[in-house]
Amino acid sequence: MPSGTLIFAVLVVGVTVMGFLAARWGGANLGNLDEWALGGRRFGTLVSWFLLGGDLYTAYTFIAVPALVYGAGAIGFFAVPYATIAYPIAFVVLSRFWGVAHRRGYVTAADFVRDRFGDRTLEIAVALTGVAAALPYIALQLVGMRAVFAQIGGAFAASGGFLALGVAFVLLAAYTYTSGLRAPALIAFVKDTLIYVTVIAAITIIPAKLGGWAHIFSLSQSALATRAKPASILLAPQQYFAYATWAFGSSLSLFIYPHSITSVLAAKSRGVIRRNAALLPIYSLLLGFLALLGFCGIAAGIETTNTSSVVPTLIDRFFPSWFAGVAQAAIVIGALVPAAIMAIGSANLFASNVLAGFAPTRGNGSASTAKLLTLAFCAIALVLVLVVPVQYAIYFQLLGGAWMLQIFPPFVFGMYTRWFHPKALLLGWACGMLSATAMAFATHFTPNIALHLGGATIVGFLALYALAINLCVATLGTWALRSLRVDAGIDMTTEADYA
Amino acid sequence: MRKRAWYALLVLPFVGTLFPQLYNRAEPALFGLPFFYWYQLAWVILTTLLLAVVVYATRRPDDA
Repeated sequence: MPSGTLIFAVLVVGVTVMGFLAARWGGANLGNLDEWALGGRRFGTLVSWFLLGGDLYTAYTFIAVPALVYGAGAIGFFAVPYATIAYPIAFVVLSRFWGVAHRRGYVTAADFVRDRFGDRTLEIAVALTGVAAALPYIALQLVGMRAVFAQIGGAFAASGGFLALGVAFVLLAAYTYTSGLRAPALIAFVKDTLIYVTVIAAITIIPAKLGGWAHIFSLSQSALATRAKPASILLAPQQYFAYATWAFGSSLSLFIYPHSITSVLAAKSRGVIRRNAALLPIYSLLLGFLALLGFCGIAAGIETTNTSSVVPTLIDRFFPSWFAGVAQAAIVIGALVPAAIMAIGSANLFASNVLAGFAPTRGNGSASTAKLLTLAFCAIALVLVLVVPVQYAIYFQLLGGAWMLQIFPPFVFGMYTRWFHPKALLLGWACGMLSATAMAFATHFTPNIALHLGGATIVGFLALYALAINLCVATLGTWALRSLRVDAGIDMTTEADYA
Repeated sequence: MRKRAWYALLVLPFVGTLFPQLYNRAEPALFGLPFFYWYQLAWVILTTLLLAVVVYATRRPDDA
């Protein structure tokens, strides 16, 4: 067995053992939902930093962002402003959400929406949106893992990597079932350390071997210009609006994904969230350097239409075998951590907000339904990867991001105002979901769409256009319903809950 | 409530990054990186610093 494969196997087996042992962390009763799903809401600044970093910056992110830069040039760098401005937003919105969730014992965003608007249908809509957005995201983590298994070869690549994938995922489901959020929280320390080591090594070694950044960019510029679909190392002026709206729209949805909310609610204080908003951009710097690896891929002469293979190929080509093992383990473990949190987040939504009905399970309730649902969601994601072509998983994930943004009015605006009528929010949500889906089909699942206004054509991020439609409908609907004096439901929260 | 004014600092990252016409050029390069790239990476660091200032200036006794 090559040294790299050995190191890879040891690391992956090691974190699996950690996943099971995490159940003993703190000696808590894991039959309780707060303990199982949110680690007892006791995580401090350091644990939360690793957990949120491990959660938001997934293996898929680390493969897809350089792949996009490799394929499309400068516009792929939108991920950097996206992952920058997400934090001022998180700082303001999430510290407020943490406060109200802490006082009222919420486990999900939909718990808040139910309490605030007193509307069961709106609660279910918000919960199902989260689940629908999270499922393809879990599936994509599996896709990233399979790419690594295929590259390692041997037993790992048996039956197209599906065997190793199946084993890894059954183990993931098993320790998530037993240990809950404590498992990914503990494994995140290993994941992030490996990711930092790998990226720092890649960013020092690879550009040096390719003759420095100036050379890499000049090679990239000429290679991109001669592509069938020409691109550049700088934006074209007509891309400005798409670049800005793509970054802005994505930054709005990052923190309302179920896995983000789950990690945020596991923090022990509001201060932990505030400090992490300032500390998490360190990961964005890492993401920025990784994005630049896309240009290294071009300069190294990698020719592929499967852009996801760019990073694994670079690792294989420029690193000695043993270090390639470390990097491959970083990617696989980087997929396991967010997959576990996404499964927990979706299970919480489904158990507390869809199934629980009018007698909702609060944090002090039993975790048994959520635990079983975690197994179900892992199984669905695995089946998705086995039967659905990868391209559809990517399409579905993109669409999921646009859907996720549609809960912004009830969830985020809802934290600041009760002016909106719940039925108008529901109608706005439905219009946002439908228009996002229609636009995604119209663009063949590319994120930006051309809008023809008068004589001008404006290309922008479709999820943000859908949000604009959603907001217009919610606003007009609220005016109409309020003037007709339709019952606006009961608000269970009080001003003091938000302080 | 004067503390609230500190939050205005958080508008700067949006202005700095969401108008590509401000920074979409190659020169001046830094370590071979075109301006477009290092400028946006610099905003990651600047945003961290701005957030640190606001976190500190608006902290409350219960933010332990």
